[in-house]
Amino acid sequence: MNLLDVIGPVMIGPSSSHTAGAVRLGLLAVSILGESPIKADIALHGSFAQTYRGHGTDMALLAGLMGWMPDDARIPEADIYAEQKGLQYKFSTINLGELTHPNTVRFHLEGVTGKTCVVTGSSIGGGQVCVTEIDDFPVELNGNLPGVLIVHQDRPGVIALVSGKLSEYKVNIAGMRVFRTNKGGTATMIIECDQMVPEEALKAIREIKNVESVRFINKVL
Amino acid sequence: MANNKLSLEKYIEWAEKEHRALYEVMLEDNAKDMDTAPIAIEAKMQEMLQVMQESIDFGLTGVRSRSGLTGGSAKTLAETMAKPGYKSLLGPVAQDALVYALAVAEANAAMGRIVAAPTAGASGVLPGVLFSLKKHRNLSNIDLQKGLIVAGNIGMVIASRFSLSGAMGGCQAECGSAGAMAAGAAVSLLGGSAEQVGHAVAIVIKNMLGLVCDPVAGLVEVPCIKRNGGSAMQALLAAEMSLAGIKSFIPADEAIDAMKEVGEKMPCAFRETAEGGLANTPTALAWAKKYFSK
Repeated sequence: MNLLDVIGPVMIGPSSSHTAGAVRLGLLAVSILGESPIKADIALHGSFAQTYRGHGTDMALLAGLMGWMPDDARIPEADIYAEQKGLQYKFSTINLGELTHPNTVRFHLEGVTGKTCVVTGSSIGGGQVCVTEIDDFPVELNGNLPGVLIVHQDRPGVIALVSGKLSEYKVNIAGMRVFRTNKGGTATMIIECDQMVPEEALKAIREIKNVESVRFINKVL
Repeated sequence: MANNKLSLEKYIEWAEKEHRALYEVMLEDNAKDMDTAPIAIEAKMQEMLQVMQESIDFGLTGVRSRSGLTGGSAKTLAETMAKPGYKSLLGPVAQDALVYALAVAEANAAMGRIVAAPTAGASGVLPGVLFSLKKHRNLSNIDLQKGLIVAGNIGMVIASRFSLSGAMGGCQAECGSAGAMAAGAAVSLLGGSAEQVGHAVAIVIKNMLGLVCDPVAGLVEVPCIKRNGGSAMQALLAAEMSLAGIKSFIPADEAIDAMKEVGEKMPCAFRETAEGGLANTPTALAWAKKYFSK
């Protein structure tokens, strides 16, 4: 934690977890979608579901979906701007179970070119967030670094080939997690990188045997 | 001192050994840590002060929160205190510190733009103390930035040894830390020694030890707004004592470690979950029931 984490950030109140963190979750969800959303179904769990009106969590999530920063003075009227922009949105509440973090949101997003994704993420305190699920795949992503999400078949050597390609393109791996449904089944790799991952590197990774899909997720803020 | 546990005593020793002001050694250390020039940090502090001033002004217009639960108290207090012949219980510095702290906390609850220093919930304390001193001790924003740097480093020490979050450590870690930061800032702005900064920090932490985080309906309103005012007062009384040469028997680092011990033993109901304390009173529960059924 440095001086600017303690004296700052500048944000729209009232809560770093329920307001600033919610903006960040919206930003990260759009980054995962990879384009501007035109439709958003937003389901709120736990404390988000209970207190979203008082904390302006709904406005903050919409603000993030529109690409605004947590200090944007328009946040209290984000719904009006969303309607003007033609962003169709719907808020609902959901129960994701006892074990789910109390400040959790699940977005169903549709983008301008028709891309869709389902993103589940939590605001874990101090404005920090963690995306825990993308399209039914478990992940762990905080948006502090550029990331790559790779869905692949669980076979020996896939991870080595992927990291080899990143190294070829001079991308340093800052963190990496691998999840799989079952041995030899579908697996996901979430790789956080110190650099932007060039399009050619993503293309090269897509061509690796047993890799099913590759999604680049830019950092937010 | 980038890693692991920071120590306020170490900063104090460093400043004393080199006969430099506390903010100077802190700024030097921050610049090194962040790999940036001190002037860049100072420029950032000026931006923060600007936003703090704007949040005071916004709060003083009498804003109300989104939920409708709170608002308007800063304006009411300011207007009452300005009446001719009004006899305040407080001196002018404390009066304005209280008004400004409430103003920013109410601006925060009303979705205004604030500086989360150290958090949004405790964002009124530092502006309250700093801008009251600016007005009554004839200081400039350049002076205030020195106080802000000292405050920020006190916060970093607390964060490294424990936490600044109510969800982690109760309100002692949030408003308590904000009060300690503001007390340190006030002492350094008023010409106190590095050692006196340490005593002021320790005094606030001792006075606010054990304070629970029990927000009504989970909203950053009751009791948060008035606690911002209360923490600003704690900061001033600790600064006053310390500047008079009164020492804290328990040093600042140890007081922070005691806060950690208390925080870790604090039941979950008292750490921002709105399940205990004031949030669990009949009045709070009745209001919350109405609010949630909307």
